[in-house]
Amino acid sequence: MADDFIKDLCARVKDHAARKAPIAIRGGGTKDFYGAPAAGEPLAMAGYAGIVAYEPRELVLVVKAGTRLEEVEAALAAEGQMLAFEPPRFGSAATIGGTVACNLSGPRRPYAGAARDFVLGARIVNGRGEDLSFGGRVIKNVAGYDVSRLMAGALGTLGVLTELAFKVLPKPPAEATLAFEMDEAPMIETVNRWAGQPLPLSATAWEAGVLRVRLAGAASAVSAARAKLGGTEVADGAAYWEDLREHRLPFFAAGRPLWRLSVAQTAAPIAAGHPQLVEWGGGLRWACGDLAVPRARELAAGARGHATLFRNGDRAAGVFHPLAPALAKIHRRLKDAFDPAGILNPGRMDNF
Amino acid sequence: MSAVRAAPRADALAALSAIRPPFSVVAERERLAAFETDAWIQRREMPMAVAIPDTGEQVQEAVRALARLAVPVVTRGAGTGLSGGATPVSEGIVLAMTRMRRIVGIDAQARLATVEPGVPNAQVTSAAEPAGLHFAPDPSSQVISSIGGNIAENAGGVHCLKYGLTVHNVTGLRAVDGEGDLLEVGGEALDSPGYDLLALLVGSEGTLGVVTQATLRLLPRPQATETLLAAFGSVKAGAEAVGAIIGAGVIPAGLEMMDRVVIDACERYMALGLPKAEALLLVEVDGGAEEAAEARAAVERILVACGATEIRIAKDDAERANLWKSRKGAFAALATVLPDYYTMDGSIPRRALPEVLDRVYELGREYGMVIGNVFHAGDGNIHPCIFYDSAKAGELERSEELGGRILELCIEHGGTITGEHGVGLEKIKQMCLQFRVAEIAAFHGVKAAFDPAGILNPGKAVPTLKRCAEWGGMHVRGGRVPRPDIPRF
Repeated sequence: MADDFIKDLCARVKDHAARKAPIAIRGGGTKDFYGAPAAGEPLAMAGYAGIVAYEPRELVLVVKAGTRLEEVEAALAAEGQMLAFEPPRFGSAATIGGTVACNLSGPRRPYAGAARDFVLGARIVNGRGEDLSFGGRVIKNVAGYDVSRLMAGALGTLGVLTELAFKVLPKPPAEATLAFEMDEAPMIETVNRWAGQPLPLSATAWEAGVLRVRLAGAASAVSAARAKLGGTEVADGAAYWEDLREHRLPFFAAGRPLWRLSVAQTAAPIAAGHPQLVEWGGGLRWACGDLAVPRARELAAGARGHATLFRNGDRAAGVFHPLAPALAKIHRRLKDAFDPAGILNPGRMDNF
Repeated sequence: MSAVRAAPRADALAALSAIRPPFSVVAERERLAAFETDAWIQRREMPMAVAIPDTGEQVQEAVRALARLAVPVVTRGAGTGLSGGATPVSEGIVLAMTRMRRIVGIDAQARLATVEPGVPNAQVTSAAEPAGLHFAPDPSSQVISSIGGNIAENAGGVHCLKYGLTVHNVTGLRAVDGEGDLLEVGGEALDSPGYDLLALLVGSEGTLGVVTQATLRLLPRPQATETLLAAFGSVKAGAEAVGAIIGAGVIPAGLEMMDRVVIDACERYMALGLPKAEALLLVEVDGGAEEAAEARAAVERILVACGATEIRIAKDDAERANLWKSRKGAFAALATVLPDYYTMDGSIPRRALPEVLDRVYELGREYGMVIGNVFHAGDGNIHPCIFYDSAKAGELERSEELGGRILELCIEHGGTITGEHGVGLEKIKQMCLQFRVAEIAAFHGVKAAFDPAGILNPGKAVPTLKRCAEWGGMHVRGGRVPRPDIPRF
C-alpha cells in the first residue's frame, strides 16, 4: 500500500539520520552522470510509481515520483496533452522524480517554461524522516513558501520527492521545422528578434552554421509564421528535436567533457575554442571539449550566466558554478533546515 | 520567527538618520496615520516610523542598522495588498518603497525590464509597449500596485492561465535579507546554479527579504485578441462551459465569471446594458490573427453547446474595452451594494466550482449576508465578496467569520486558502488548517535561513506553532479535520 511505502521511507530516513549514514536517492539511474558523484546507500524510488490523479480538463496531473517519465508522457498524450517543459529522458528508465530533482527541461524551455515553472505541488520526506506536502493541485496558490518549486533542481539534497503535481498543457496541433544557413552572431540577433514578435516559436537550435527553428501551435499560426520567416522546411524535423532533447545528435557523441553554459540569451558568441550547439534562443550553449574549470566559469560569467560540467570530464573539481558568499550562506542554512544530519544525497550538489 | 525585543524608538530613528546620503524618515504621528493599513482594513497599527529610501544601498544600510537593534521592518509598496501583508508592527519601522520607482532599463532585444520595486505594475507595460512587449501579470490593482508588492504576493491577475503568475515572469532579483546581506538571485540567464531562491522570494510577503531591484520577463503583444461575453441561466452552466473550453484544448488568455449580484451592481453603477443573466462569462483568446479567429469560433460553438442564452463578441478594441468594463469595474460597482464588502481569495480545482459556489451562497444565507462572486474561473480562483455594514455592531466580525468558513470550504475541496492575495495577517489562522505542524516548522526553517532574527515582517504569512496550537481546536468540526481523505497537497 502506498501509505506503507511512505511510512517505511520515513522510518528508514529517520534511522539514517540517527546514524548519520548518507542515502543516495535513485529513480531510474539515467542521470547518474549529472551532478557531483553520489555517495551513500542507494534508496530505490522507481517502485513507488503510478498516476494518482489526472483530469485533463483541470490541466493538472498528480503522480508518484517513481513513475517513469515515458508512462507520464503516454498518459498525457492519450488526452492530447503534454509536459510543456519537454524534459529529456536520457533513457527509458527515467522517472518523473529524477526529472524534477534535476530541473531538466528540453528545447521548448525558453518559450514555455522550465520544469520548475510547471510544478504545482510536492510531497516529500525531509531529512528528519517527516512526510510533508507543499503547494497543491490548483493553478494559483500562494499559501506558504513555495517549497515545491524549491525542490526542482535541488538534486534530492533537501528531501526525497514522493509525489508531484504538475500543470500540464494541450499539445500544439501543428508543428513545422525550418532551417536557415546563418553564422552565430546574426543567429543570436535573429532568434532574439523573433522571440519579441508574436510568433509561435517552440524551439531553436544552431550548430555548424545551420539554425533550426521549430514552430508549434494552431495550424493557421504555424503556416502564417512559416510564410513570414522563410527558410527551408525540414522534413524530419520532429526526429531532430527528439535527438537534440535526448543528446543523441552527433554533436554530443564524442564522450568528451560537455559543458553547459546557461547565459543571457543575447550574449555575444562565446569563444570557447570548441564546437558549440546553441539552443534556447541563445540562452543555452553547449560546448564539447576540454575546458579548464576556471576558464569555463569565466566564459559563462562574461556572458552573464553560469557554467555546469554537464557530462564527462573531471567531476571532482566541482560541477556547478560556485555561489556568491551571501547565497552560499542561505543554501547552507536551507540544507541544514531540511536535512540537519546531512544524509540526503550529500555532495551531489557540490557542497550541499 | 523568534521573539524580537525592540530597541527604543529614539535609537532606531538615530540609526536611520545616520545613514548617508540621508533619506526621508517620517516620525510625526499625524503623518504616520496614512500607513496604518494596506487595503486590508480590518486591523490598524501605528508604526514607530516610516523610512522612505531612495536607493538600494540605503535599504541595505537601513536593514543592517535595524537588524543590529532588533527592530522589525515591514516593507510596503503601494499599499494595495488585500491580506494585511503591509500592516505595520507597532514596535517596528515601515520601509516604504514609493521613491524607488525608476525603470532602470528596458532591453527590447532580450525582452527584459530591470526596475526598482516601487514602479507601478502598469508602468512596466507602458515602457515596454513601444517595443511591442508587455509584462503579463496584471492584478486588478495594476495601475497603482508596485512591482515589489507584486513580487511579495506572487500576484496573478486575469491572464495567468496562459501567461503565468509573477513567479513565472521574474528572472532575477536583488534583495536584502534579514541580516542586511545583498542577495543577487537569478539574472538574465534562464536558470541559475543552486537552489531556486527566486521561487522562495517571490510570494514570501516581505518575510524573507526586501527587494531592491527586479529583472522582469517581457512577452510579445499578441497579434490579435478576440473577446466574447456569454450569458448563462446559472452559475453552474457557466462553470461547465469553462471546463468544456479547456477540455477542448483552448487555453484562453482570460476566463472570468461574475454572478447575478455582481452583474446587478455593475448595471446600477455603470449602466452597461449587460445581458440579464445569472452568470456572465468573459472569454478572451489571443494569438496570430487566424489562430485567434479560429479559437473564437471554437469557443463560440462551445458556449452555445453549453446553453449560453446570449453571446456578444467584440468587433474592435472599443467594444472589447466595453465588454471588459463590467469585470474591471466590478469591485468599484460592488461598493454600491452595501457600505462595506470583504473580498475573499480562495483557489479550488475548477471542477469543484459549481459545488463550492452553491455552498458559498448557502453560507451567505446561513449568516444572513449577501455574497457576490466575481472570479478567475479559468484558474479556479474565486473571490467571494461578503457585504456588510461596519456601522452595525458585530457585522465586521461576522463577515470575517463567514470568510473563514469559505476558506475552509476551499481546503475541503482540495484547494487553498489563497490564490493570489497572500496570507498576510488575514489568513494566518487558516494556515494552521491547511498545513500540518511539521510543514509549518519547515516554513520556519526557510524563514530562519533568510532572517534568523525574525525582523522582516514578523507575524505575517506563517503562523507560529504556538498560535496554531492555540487555534487548533477552532477549525476542527465534529472532532475531526474536514475531509481527511482528500490529500491536501
